[in-house]
Amino acid sequence: MSQSASTGVPVLALEGVNKSFGAVRALRDVSLELFAGEAHALAGENGAGKSTLIKTLAGVHRPDSGRVLLDGGPVVFHGPADARDTGIAVIYQEPTLFPDLSIAENIFMGRQPRRALGRIDHKAVRIATAALMARLGVELDPDRPARGLSIADQQIVEIAKALSFDARVLIMDEPTAALTGSETARLFSVVETLRAEGAAVLFISHRLEEIFELCQRVTVLRDGRWVASEPLAGFTQDALVRRMVGRDLAELYPKQDSRVGETVLSVHRLTREGVFRDVSFEVRRGEIVALAGLVGAGRTEVAQAVFGVDRADAGEVRVGGVVLRPGSPTAAMDAGLALVPEDRRQRGLVMEMSIERNIGLTGLDRLGRAGLVKRALERGRAADWAVRLQLKYGSLADHVGMLSGGNQQKVVLAKWLATEPTVLIVDEPTRGIDVGTKAEVHRLLSSLAAEGLAVLMVSSDLPEVLGMADRVLVMHEGRLVAEIPRDAATEESVMAAATGLTDGAGGADGATGGAGVAGDTGAPGPAGDPAATGPTGATGDAAASGHTDATGDAGATGPTGATGPSGAAEHTGEAAGAGPAGDPAATGPTGATGSTGTTGSTGATAEGTRT
Amino acid sequence: MKLRWDTAVGVLLVAVFLTGLGTTDGFGSRDNLAFAFNDIVEVALMALPMTLLVVAGQVDLSVASMLGLSSALTGQLWDAGWAFETIVPIVLLVGVVGGLLNGWLVTRVGLPSLAVTIGTLALYRGLASVVLGSNAITDFPETYAKWAVDTTTVPGTFLSYPVALFIVLAVVAAVVLHATGVGRSLFAIGAQEDAAYFAGIRVKRVKLLLFVVSGLVSAFAGVVFTLRYGSARADNGQGFEMLVIASVLLGGVDFDGGKGTLFGAVAGVLLIGVLKNLLTLNDVANEVQVIVTGLLLVASVLTPRLITTVSAWRHRRAAASTS
Repeated sequence: MSQSASTGVPVLALEGVNKSFGAVRALRDVSLELFAGEAHALAGENGAGKSTLIKTLAGVHRPDSGRVLLDGGPVVFHGPADARDTGIAVIYQEPTLFPDLSIAENIFMGRQPRRALGRIDHKAVRIATAALMARLGVELDPDRPARGLSIADQQIVEIAKALSFDARVLIMDEPTAALTGSETARLFSVVETLRAEGAAVLFISHRLEEIFELCQRVTVLRDGRWVASEPLAGFTQDALVRRMVGRDLAELYPKQDSRVGETVLSVHRLTREGVFRDVSFEVRRGEIVALAGLVGAGRTEVAQAVFGVDRADAGEVRVGGVVLRPGSPTAAMDAGLALVPEDRRQRGLVMEMSIERNIGLTGLDRLGRAGLVKRALERGRAADWAVRLQLKYGSLADHVGMLSGGNQQKVVLAKWLATEPTVLIVDEPTRGIDVGTKAEVHRLLSSLAAEGLAVLMVSSDLPEVLGMADRVLVMHEGRLVAEIPRDAATEESVMAAATGLTDGAGGADGATGGAGVAGDTGAPGPAGDPAATGPTGATGDAAASGHTDATGDAGATGPTGATGPSGAAEHTGEAAGAGPAGDPAATGPTGATGSTGTTGSTGATAEGTRT
Repeated sequence: MKLRWDTAVGVLLVAVFLTGLGTTDGFGSRDNLAFAFNDIVEVALMALPMTLLVVAGQVDLSVASMLGLSSALTGQLWDAGWAFETIVPIVLLVGVVGGLLNGWLVTRVGLPSLAVTIGTLALYRGLASVVLGSNAITDFPETYAKWAVDTTTVPGTFLSYPVALFIVLAVVAAVVLHATGVGRSLFAIGAQEDAAYFAGIRVKRVKLLLFVVSGLVSAFAGVVFTLRYGSARADNGQGFEMLVIASVLLGGVDFDGGKGTLFGAVAGVLLIGVLKNLLTLNDVANEVQVIVTGLLLVASVLTPRLITTVSAWRHRRAAASTS
């Protein structure tokens, strides 16, 4: 495994590590080696065990068995502070800085240089911070308060903090998820600098092209097991995806064709002040509509306002043409709505109640006469759905807290499907559940849609969105910025809309803005696909592998770029966040005239920051 | 099979009862038992809605003050020459209004019930003093008073009318808590309010209803208390809220909500009643009785926690020794 061009002993390594949480085995016999001066990618689907692995390296979790090796010697971390003191720094997707302190104060929090009488030497703090920023090649004023910094800048501050601890290992957990293309490029150049200085980097991203751009080696996890550790040179994205998924994508995203019927849910200009604005969309019978976007874009909030657990300030929700009383989940349920919430443990289930009582909770008025609950009916309702959803349980009287995450999610689904809804809203339906159950949930959603259920699915899991949805609605900062049909939905088009890259193109708000953006982001799909195969009867796998092919081509050989208007397009083709930038070159045929100008300019910025 | 707390309290009650029969002369007599049960009937009545409240994660500390207000009002109106048949509905209505105020502050203003009802505990007791001052009204006619005392029994039993009514209400409360949709939602609200709300349960409406019922029953208990002692005073039933809550917690209802049985709560009330009676028969001073009640309350809250801590510790030790 370690035969790559490295310097013998790994700086940090895991050896045969196992870690379980209750019945869930998060890591099974996982090994990993990080070498100085090497950027190492950690790949795997959601739930593959990446986060657990990181937290094990960072001293948050202790392995049940197996060893953590530092410079070849075993080491035991008793907490994150231990790991930090040995030079391991972790940068999370959303940094946690003290908003009211300056950048310099954040970096030296709790260990400021002192002057006589214990006074903080502010000048020294500032100078040290400025030196760190210079080393990273970033211009950030040390005196600026952290409040108001972009997520990208906050990450830079975190990295500077890591540097100030003389970090030898930098672990980055999906740092680019919320970044724009140019911000990603800057982050990568900072990481390159550190790597050149001899730091070991562990990088996690669900954007495969970033892995190929930044890293030299990759370790793949699947279902908590180590699958492979290989050099990335000579590796293709397709091969990587195969190792990550380990099965046919069609099996994981078993999207059935279904007849799309009449509109059952229609949301009109729904607004909650300061949370989301002017959100309008429709969901029809037999359709799965995904609501995508970055964390914090307002997707969950929209779902909750539609269902009435949150009260909207303006706008209306119609179910089957009838306006719903706002702010009343009970009214929403009577109208045929169901919401499987994101937070299973707090909102989806009463953890200390039994399976049957949880499932019965949504139908208390139907389980007997005159308000009484007949236990036989209650148990029957639970048993029916337990069988239908293949729930694994000991007894229906067991607490739901005893079940695994996947089975808990099935109970939530059972609880809501038992109300026989016409519209099912699911918020992150497969978060934190194992791949097997995940596929079952997908199959279930798909077959329910085929039976005529309208499904609105909030999801941060891009492959899930692309694999399951008939249409993808994308939110960015509280607005619906794009509606992408299944054929045109790719990781690039969805992420571009979600990160607001294409937001500017639409310009103003309202329906016209949205439409403009949709046309714009829709374009890359058709551009990438012909290079791949030309979509034929495309189902789950076409969507997923389609994107990999598309980006691969754009970056490497650029047959799509061939028709491009200028050499600049060639350049942007390689740049980070290239999706939208590289594509207009190829888009000519789809008449994306309106968008060419804007994307051209995006390309320019990407190029500018790169050189 | 794990021993349930409410069963344990039931067993303890039987044990104390049998001990009483064996050690204390006159304890088992028909008259004494009628007296013993009737002596705690107000606490027992108020413990019924309190059980539902605590299961739903709420508490009503104002029950005894509402009893006092009800008693004062009954006395004042009687003194002013009103008919008893008019007084009772008015007093019960005041109980409903008091409950509405508690419920409104908890559900609409969003304050925790503990804080709200500490406030109304003082408020309702204060109102009672305003109504009656330091007077005592004692001239209630025998025709009404006899319905509340232990010497008048339901024919064929040794149960007084208030105790008989309590039994009926206890059965109703047990059915509501354990066999209706409302009962199911109370457990859900107490265990995980968010999840209950997301399941379409009208959380606020249910809570409001509970406080109203609690106010109503407390006002009724005030009438019973007044007639039983033949005395209306503003400070009637002072401190009863502690007895009520002690009984409910002693019966294994979890103060954090979501767990408990009505059987347990009733067993808790009876245990306190029997102990009180036994201590009195054995000439134990009233102050000592208060101490015993306090110790029981502390024990009832501590013991379950102690058991979980110990079992968790043993579990950890077992796990450590196997690895």
